[in-house]
Amino acid sequence: MAGTGTAHLRRPEEALLRIDDLVVEFGSGRRKVHAVSGISLDILPGETLGLVGESGCGKSTTGRAIIQMPRPNRGTVRFAGRDLASLSGQELRRVRTELQLIFQDPISSLNPRRKVRDILTEPLKIWKRGTRDEQIELARRVLDTVGLDPDTTLDRRPHQFSGGQCQRISIARALMLQPKLIICDEPVSALDVSVQAQILNLLEDLKERYGLTLVFIAHDLAVVKNISDRVAVMYLGKLCEVGPPETLYERPAHPYTAALLQSIPVPDPRVTPTTADALAGDLPSPVNPPSGCRFRTRCPRAEARCEAEEPQMREVTAGRYVACHFPIEGAAAPGTPVSVSTGSPA
Amino acid sequence: MNEPYAVRPAARRLLDVVDVKTYFRTPRGLVRAVDGVSLSLDRGTTLGIVGESGSGKSVLSRSIMGLLPKRNVVREGKVVYEGTDISRLSPEELRELWGTEMAMIFQDPMTSLNPVQRVGAQITEGLRVRLDMDRKTAKATALALLRSVGIPEPERRLRQYPHELSGGMRQRIMIAVALACGPKLLFADEPTTALDVTVQAQILNLLARQQRERDMAVILVTHDLGVVAGRTDHIAVMYAGQLVEMAPTAELFSNVRMPYTEALLRSIPTLDQPRHTRLQVIPGRPPDLVDPPPGCRFAPRCRYVQERCRVEAPPLLDGGNGHLYRCWYPVGRETAAPVTVGTGAS
Repeated sequence: MAGTGTAHLRRPEEALLRIDDLVVEFGSGRRKVHAVSGISLDILPGETLGLVGESGCGKSTTGRAIIQMPRPNRGTVRFAGRDLASLSGQELRRVRTELQLIFQDPISSLNPRRKVRDILTEPLKIWKRGTRDEQIELARRVLDTVGLDPDTTLDRRPHQFSGGQCQRISIARALMLQPKLIICDEPVSALDVSVQAQILNLLEDLKERYGLTLVFIAHDLAVVKNISDRVAVMYLGKLCEVGPPETLYERPAHPYTAALLQSIPVPDPRVTPTTADALAGDLPSPVNPPSGCRFRTRCPRAEARCEAEEPQMREVTAGRYVACHFPIEGAAAPGTPVSVSTGSPA
Repeated sequence: MNEPYAVRPAARRLLDVVDVKTYFRTPRGLVRAVDGVSLSLDRGTTLGIVGESGSGKSVLSRSIMGLLPKRNVVREGKVVYEGTDISRLSPEELRELWGTEMAMIFQDPMTSLNPVQRVGAQITEGLRVRLDMDRKTAKATALALLRSVGIPEPERRLRQYPHELSGGMRQRIMIAVALACGPKLLFADEPTTALDVTVQAQILNLLARQQRERDMAVILVTHDLGVVAGRTDHIAVMYAGQLVEMAPTAELFSNVRMPYTEALLRSIPTLDQPRHTRLQVIPGRPPDLVDPPPGCRFAPRCRYVQERCRVEAPPLLDGGNGHLYRCWYPVGRETAAPVTVGTGAS
């Protein structure tokens, strides 16, 4: 679980975004929280990177550190060739127009006292883009693309919409400045499954239409598999495994990835849930993370070496990278239900 | 209620819910949160109630247990528990049943535990009041309970406050509180929704183990079809305050009849789909329960909708094999007209 190491990164000139050895810590002294501890990642233009992990693994902090909110304690974030960490406030604000965020709770991330019209046109006003009429015209077009009727939407306030509609408004807001990269932080986890499908399809359409690059942060592995071109699994501030979704899900190499996959309830009664817990215990405290591999305290394969030495990211098969001293070899992990057909019946 | 269940020996029957209606009086009008639900439950079995937010699944379990306020609530129907109708009991009489006969685990373990009381006091309260135990016996029983729900260092935990524990630990405490007085019926209302996927698996395994050891019936309320698939005997699907489909679990998944259930299953991304698979969406959103549509409540969103669906509300129909569904034109292999009419229709 080291995740220190950069074997999984591609050529720097190809990447739209490249994070090197990112460290984010909160507080100081003995109560210092090690939220993100040396993560390196890159994203090619047009790619969707899925960032998965359980709560407290640092996936949201990573997403926020990309846009320097908060500024990381260490490491570089290169976006379109510029190191964001070295930019001043004014320069950073300008670059941020190309980087947008979509949050988990669609209702509380919109100002309840403002009309949709003002929510959408505010970024254009700040950057003095276009006349008032042009701004409204763009807002109408974007609302139309996210599947909302501009005539009935523009003059209403967020509380008059459902959760799914609010998420569409959030997405529309993120699109107003025509960004290159959107960081989606758990954009569908507050939504019902039927609405979740609508938003996931919408994100795919928008990606196609605007040539967007996405960082998709989520805890739901099936959702991440559906939308991502590359998946990175995180645990306690470190990277475990990076790879294309198909092979990573079919043949997880890291014991943590295998445990995660084994824990997913499958909507098929023929798949009997394993009664042995895939993982025992709770997440250790990020104030005092374990030495060596951070996963070793819960890992079924842990040995003495895992305590002493932090594993480095290395390639196990083509395009598959894992940070583990004793990765799972060969085919499916024991007891992993992913190879069983789970297609919907009827 | 219905024939499919009546063939079982009567002595195994624990609960019969007959045409239960729960309406809330609001300034907007009468909200029909639960609108004529009938179901039965045998001892030691598990019923999964599945539905999206606003379908009435949580209100139904609270209606059965009698956990609703008196004011501005209209209640109808019968709840027969072990041969006695408990729907007309006073709060004092109901309190005799809570804990010892039936208990509930809520979704959010933080807000449902008392934040200013030690964990030990919360577990022993029921033992002391309901089972008349003295302090020492109650404490010993509490320790045994904590051990049985897999909590390490139980002596120390008894003296801790809820905020000192992780989400998974708190949910284990909630389960210990609910199990303390040995209920025969346990309501688990979204017991794992607030938890991470590996912890969810631990908690569901724990519930299943406790249920087997105690011959306890469980009503598992959830929005996640994956959670109920491998762990229930029967599944009831709710939509807009009504049961729309109910069947033994294997039967339901292999032979879906209700278009809503089918759409729900198809809108979930699964692990065996390739990346970027287009998800099937359910257009629109659930109806307003103040003024539900006159015909089938799912008709406005149904892809198979026909003229009759919009004008005439379908009753709960019996398709054989204990499979009930509320649809004029059910999907699935046999499309012949349904045979008999169930009694649960409103």
